[in-house]
Amino acid sequence: MSSANFEIKAYPEMWEELGMDVPRFEKARLMLGEAYSKTYLSQTNRPAKMAYFDEMISEIHGGRVKELLAAKAAGHPVVGTFCVYIPEEIVIAAGGVCVGLCGGSQGSVPDAEKILPRNICPMVKSAFGFKAGRICPYFQAVDFVYGETTCDAKKKTWEILDRLVPTYVMEIPQMKRERDRVLWLAEVKDFQAKVEEVAGKSIFEADLAQAIRVMNEKRRALQRLTGLRGANPAPISGKDALLIEQIAFYDEPVRFAAQVNELCDELAERVAKGEGVSEITAPRVLISGTPMALPNWKVHNLVETAGAVVVGEESCIGTRYFKDLIDENLPGMEAQLGALTDRYMKIDCSCFTPNDERIDQIAKEYRAAKAQGIIHYSLQFCHTYNIEEIKVRELCERENIPYLSIESDYSPEDVGQLQTRIEAFLEQIRG
Amino acid sequence: MLIGIDLGSRTVKLAAVRDGILTDFQLSESGFDPHHQALAMLARYQPRRIIATGYGRHLAHKHFADQVITEIKAHALGARHSFPECRTILDVGGQDSKVISLDAAGRVVNFQMNDKCAAGTGRFLEIMAGSLGYGLAEFGEAPFNSYREVEINSMCTVFAESEVISLKNHGSAPADIARAIHLSVVNRLVNMLNRLGMGDSLVFTGGVARNRFMVAALAEKLGMEVLVPEHPDLTGALGAALHAGTLD
Ligand code: SF4
Ligand code: SF4
Repeated sequence: MSSANFEIKAYPEMWEELGMDVPRFEKARLMLGEAYSKTYLSQTNRPAKMAYFDEMISEIHGGRVKELLAAKAAGHPVVGTFCVYIPEEIVIAAGGVCVGLCGGSQGSVPDAEKILPRNICPMVKSAFGFKAGRICPYFQAVDFVYGETTCDAKKKTWEILDRLVPTYVMEIPQMKRERDRVLWLAEVKDFQAKVEEVAGKSIFEADLAQAIRVMNEKRRALQRLTGLRGANPAPISGKDALLIEQIAFYDEPVRFAAQVNELCDELAERVAKGEGVSEITAPRVLISGTPMALPNWKVHNLVETAGAVVVGEESCIGTRYFKDLIDENLPGMEAQLGALTDRYMKIDCSCFTPNDERIDQIAKEYRAAKAQGIIHYSLQFCHTYNIEEIKVRELCERENIPYLSIESDYSPEDVGQLQTRIEAFLEQIRG
Repeated sequence: MLIGIDLGSRTVKLAAVRDGILTDFQLSESGFDPHHQALAMLARYQPRRIIATGYGRHLAHKHFADQVITEIKAHALGARHSFPECRTILDVGGQDSKVISLDAAGRVVNFQMNDKCAAGTGRFLEIMAGSLGYGLAEFGEAPFNSYREVEINSMCTVFAESEVISLKNHGSAPADIARAIHLSVVNRLVNMLNRLGMGDSLVFTGGVARNRFMVAALAEKLGMEVLVPEHPDLTGALGAALHAGTLD
């Protein structure tokens, strides 16, 4: 697809029916289309199989929303999510759909700031603003939003968000001891009951087994993609890989996994031929830190515009979402739910204390991706990641890994300075 | 001849180098059109290569420069030229300040830049000088005549300015207030330096390094020697010109 004819398709009638602020949304649509063309379609040497993902963006405000509405009309629950702690398997087992809600745009921040304090995480503000401003079709389409008690910004925002859209909150403990597991498992079961209630049906062992396979398959496809990025030259840009990781949160999982695998076949051919998207000398960077929600491509774009290639995201929109699987062969719901709980407990989010597994994970991904430097990326006012950054820095000092830490939000005002810092960091890697 | 040109936020600096020696330089306000400003400055030379650095480096690359390097690398090269052993550089320019650590061979191993506001930059000092009615050169001398201690706590330009006004209204002497302002900037810079850790001397570059009191106060606070090159504001341009020489 060339940048000249790309557009995000408009569905004004459907938006009207969903109760959206259509004139404003129309502007947002045009802006997103432009940003996407500039950031994505201008890349050279893109894999042909990216066409599907371009199409997913082009249909982001229409095609996929229609699918959700159809599922809802057929009585299936549609759950909006923000965090990788959502036990998606349970929703899928009930025939439902999970859809990750956007929170990566400056455009919706002013809507949020009319209500929420200004000095909180931009992702929380952006997401909240999409609902407050009625400028996200997904938000309008969901049965309920799944929230969790991870960070303070989120858990207190749920109370306010609940006034605009039903928000179900699951308690996620802050430590990982045995008694926390007990609590967690109980929370998983409560969540199951909630989903069953909305679906109007019970979940059985076979449903859950099938859902576990579906999610594993999707996660395996993403693992495979990550693995291929370890080749030099990298067969796919970091921007494209990030986009796929973002789309993972709203696409239909079976179709998505198949498409990612097809793309991976193409990438494997590239790797076999020694072809890639960049020169073999391009510096390879691993990004680690807070999630980069759609359409937040800020850091990847700066890094790759400066001539480097991003080879991995140690992030929720990244490996934290798919690095762990669930055993597919456990008999009985009790065993399945136990394994599911254990899998979710492995997620190494900085909201936990202690969380040293994450530091080991970063080192592991750094080596696997054959990266040459790490950029820690933290959203502004995210206390947990900003403080944990100290340990990431120490890891890099210990292992002699070139390291840069960035704290930023979605506004464009710091782009000039970030560009200088990133270019200087790449100069440092190039030596 | 090789040329390095530093298109900063406030000024454009040019350094001409032959055989590794600075032979000519220019400095002028960036104005509204730094690119044409730079072209006018370049007109009198026939350089073999032009390397651009600074905020406007990419613009320069688009129009006339052969290559770009960041301010970080440029300052490292420029500072090493005057002080071949140096390991830590503090650069305080118009709109940003940065600390750069080098290894023994002069390679950048780490750096820090100030946040996105004016705090701790030349601009901050300029605004404060203005609100006290000092010219920039006088402002850096005034604190030497201060005999009473007062304090400025805010690093935000707006709040600091209102602190200055309230001190004035309470009858504090301008020299005392000027000293307080300088010390508040020094504290901020020392914090940044401490974050990176440093050796036993510091090279101080950028326009603010011309301010005598800043240099003295930094040396005192750090308890170490603070070295200032002959043309501190030219360090980036010089570094860029020297880099041009490594490309043969
Ligand atoms: S960073 Fe933590 S709280 Fe945020 S989405 Fe990831 S797991 Fe959830
Ligand atoms: S990035 Fe940090 S502050 Fe923002 S939602 Fe995630 S954990 Fe909370």
